[in-house]
Amino acid sequence: MVAESLIISAVLFAIGVVGVLIRRNAIIIFMCVELMLNAVNLSFIALSRLYGITGQVFVLFVMTVAAAEAAVGLAIIISIFRHHESVDLQNINILKG
Amino acid sequence: MLLQPLASVAGAHPLSGTIAEYVWVLPILPLIGFVLNGLLSLVPSYHAGPADPGAGHGSSHAHSARVEHALAEQQAEHAGAPGTDSHLQARSRVASIAGVIGPLVVALSFALAVAMFVAMLKVSGQMHEPFVKRFFSWMPVGSLHIDWAFQLDQLSMMMVLIITGVGTLIHIFSVGYMRDDPGFARYFAYLNLFVALMLVLVLGASYPVMFVGWEGVGLASYLLIGFWFNDKINADAGKKAFIVNRVGDFGFLIAMFLLWANLGTLDFTGVAAHVGMLPVGGAVVTAICLFFLLGCTGKSAQIPLYIWLPDAMQGPTPVSALIHAATMVTAGVYLIARSSFLFSMAPVAELTVAVIGAATAFFAATIGLKQWDIKKVLAYSTISQLGYMFIAAGVGAYVSGMFHLMTHAFFKALLFLGSGAVINAMHEAYHHTDSHADAQDMRNMGGLRRYMPATWILMWIATLAISGIPPFAGFFSKDEILGGVFARAGHSTLASAHWLGIPGSGLLYAVYVLGLAGAFLTAIYMTRLMLYTFHGPNRTGEQEAKHLHETSWVMLWPLIALGALSVVGGWVNLPNFLDALGPVGALERWLDPVVGAAALRVTGGTPAEVGHGTELGLVALAVLIAIAGIALAVLVLKPAALVPKAQAAPEHGIQRVLADKYYVDEAVDEVIVTPVVQGSRNVLWRVIDAGIIDGLFVNGAAFATRSLGWIGSQLQTGEVGTYAWVFVIGVLAVLGAFTIR
Repeated sequence: MVAESLIISAVLFAIGVVGVLIRRNAIIIFMCVELMLNAVNLSFIALSRLYGITGQVFVLFVMTVAAAEAAVGLAIIISIFRHHESVDLQNINILKG
Repeated sequence: MLLQPLASVAGAHPLSGTIAEYVWVLPILPLIGFVLNGLLSLVPSYHAGPADPGAGHGSSHAHSARVEHALAEQQAEHAGAPGTDSHLQARSRVASIAGVIGPLVVALSFALAVAMFVAMLKVSGQMHEPFVKRFFSWMPVGSLHIDWAFQLDQLSMMMVLIITGVGTLIHIFSVGYMRDDPGFARYFAYLNLFVALMLVLVLGASYPVMFVGWEGVGLASYLLIGFWFNDKINADAGKKAFIVNRVGDFGFLIAMFLLWANLGTLDFTGVAAHVGMLPVGGAVVTAICLFFLLGCTGKSAQIPLYIWLPDAMQGPTPVSALIHAATMVTAGVYLIARSSFLFSMAPVAELTVAVIGAATAFFAATIGLKQWDIKKVLAYSTISQLGYMFIAAGVGAYVSGMFHLMTHAFFKALLFLGSGAVINAMHEAYHHTDSHADAQDMRNMGGLRRYMPATWILMWIATLAISGIPPFAGFFSKDEILGGVFARAGHSTLASAHWLGIPGSGLLYAVYVLGLAGAFLTAIYMTRLMLYTFHGPNRTGEQEAKHLHETSWVMLWPLIALGALSVVGGWVNLPNFLDALGPVGALERWLDPVVGAAALRVTGGTPAEVGHGTELGLVALAVLIAIAGIALAVLVLKPAALVPKAQAAPEHGIQRVLADKYYVDEAVDEVIVTPVVQGSRNVLWRVIDAGIIDGLFVNGAAFATRSLGWIGSQLQTGEVGTYAWVFVIGVLAVLGAFTIR
């Protein structure tokens, strides 16, 4: 049961990574990041079967941080959109020195 | 490797526990004077007050620099506050303090030196080794141990007495000579500094300590030559002296390195004890001596490095008397006498010294024949007389060299101070009429004996002394040198040696003939100086002549003291045939513990002597030649036919060559200075500095840094996608690295 859960977790994580790498839309990239977080959550839950309750506690923390991150991230995306009329990350390179 | 002094091994030195323990006080006293006068010179209200006699007129003859300096100071100082009496008072009070401190500290040193001399006289019979006083370890580096130590022996005692004695007289003279100068305190600060460092030079117990004094007097000389630095010519003369002396100092340093490498010690006592390890006449000892000789030619103004001394006459005249005639320039002779244990082992080096001395003595005397500037005549005379000392040191007659050093200090200081009195009188006379004529040119003088009879008589005494007329001091010392050369040309280790293939004997006879010829020329140019300056009609100018007057007492009495010394100075080393006059060869016996062994080695074990008849014949010949020189000058030269400098016609032929000093300065400019300047500008500056240093290293480093930065900056695209890729690849790489391991 644990092994299957970890495989699903790995697949989800890989999907998230690939999404972050190949998509341009900030919202989709953001969602892929959430996907990666939850893939990790899944492996925490699965492993807590073997290693005790700690993994489940960690999941609560991760969800909390993810919620905060979502709030901040979405706010940034909205303000980027207001500025550029776009959320396509290829057009946004003002970080370049 | 550290060598203890012989004295400490053999028990207490006869001088230990006596006043000689305070030898360190000798240079400290003038050093204190330097500090105090240096502080006084910083007092701003000291500078020329409104009623300063020197600042009243705006003339620009010989000493224009100090007058203009005074004016500039005055204007700067009183721009806001017009002259008040308080300024004048502040100036004169501070000035009189410097005028007291300066001579006082040197006089105290002299008094202490006399006390030490007395103490040394008491034990002179037992004093075979120098009294070495160690103060602290100066340079303990590996096996090199150099102590800060002073050495008091018969030779350094003699030098200390000359330096402080003549120095005191010249300091007193300076009080009168410099009284109107705005740099009065600064002048005495420098002069005190010179005396302090000169004492370090002669008291140092090792070559490095001596070198400190050697360099230090060079600095003081530089400061005093360029004392009136507002005129570029004076500053340039100071630089010339300094730079030419650097060439000589290079030789001194190389000689020290060689000594250290071969003997492992630099103390005089240590070198003297160990020099026997080197083969006599070997390449090493000859090289050491020749490099020392290079240093000596710089400091003592011998060929080829004499060119700085005539220019050094740009300094105040008492400075010329003290530094550039009586003391500092004799340091080279002192060094050779001090290193007699080395030089006596290297006949080739000795012969080189003698040849350089003879060539310089004759060469400089010929130039002296046609100089018009009174101080330039004396400058070339000094170079020539130093040549005689080198001849003596070169033939191993170290005592004769030191003897001539002493008598020369007396009569040449007298000549310079006398000329200073003349220049001062001329300067003031021209001052009254706002004339711009040259106060130092003999063509503007003439007939001064009517105005300055005391100076006239004293100058004649010095002239007869330098010409070698008995019974004046110069007769004894110059005669001893020439006799010594003649005796050693007949039989000595030098006579049997060869110099560049020339037999030493023949060479020494040539040196003797050159010495005689130089003596003849000396008599001529000195008589010429006296005739043109003091005799014949006055050419100063009708208005100006009314203001000519005898010099003040503060300047006259040092002249009288030096005059007395110039008369009796020869008594300290009477020749054998004058035993009726007193003890024969007192100086010879006094210096015997220091240089006696070396002198004997040169002569081959027995004292150099010629037969009684020959000796008298040589003396008669030398005196006849001197008298002939004076007589020739009196007969041929016509002071009445001279015209003032402004109306003088240019000279032609050989006279022109002599007046222009054989164009040596021009040749040096062409052959050395110009190539060095061109090379510095075109290669060192344009290629090395601007091209390689600035271009390749400085700008190149900046370019390389910026290029690397640009390459690094290309990694930063500003696109989040790229960063994500890099990040993922990085994570995978790290994970992969962990997994594989």
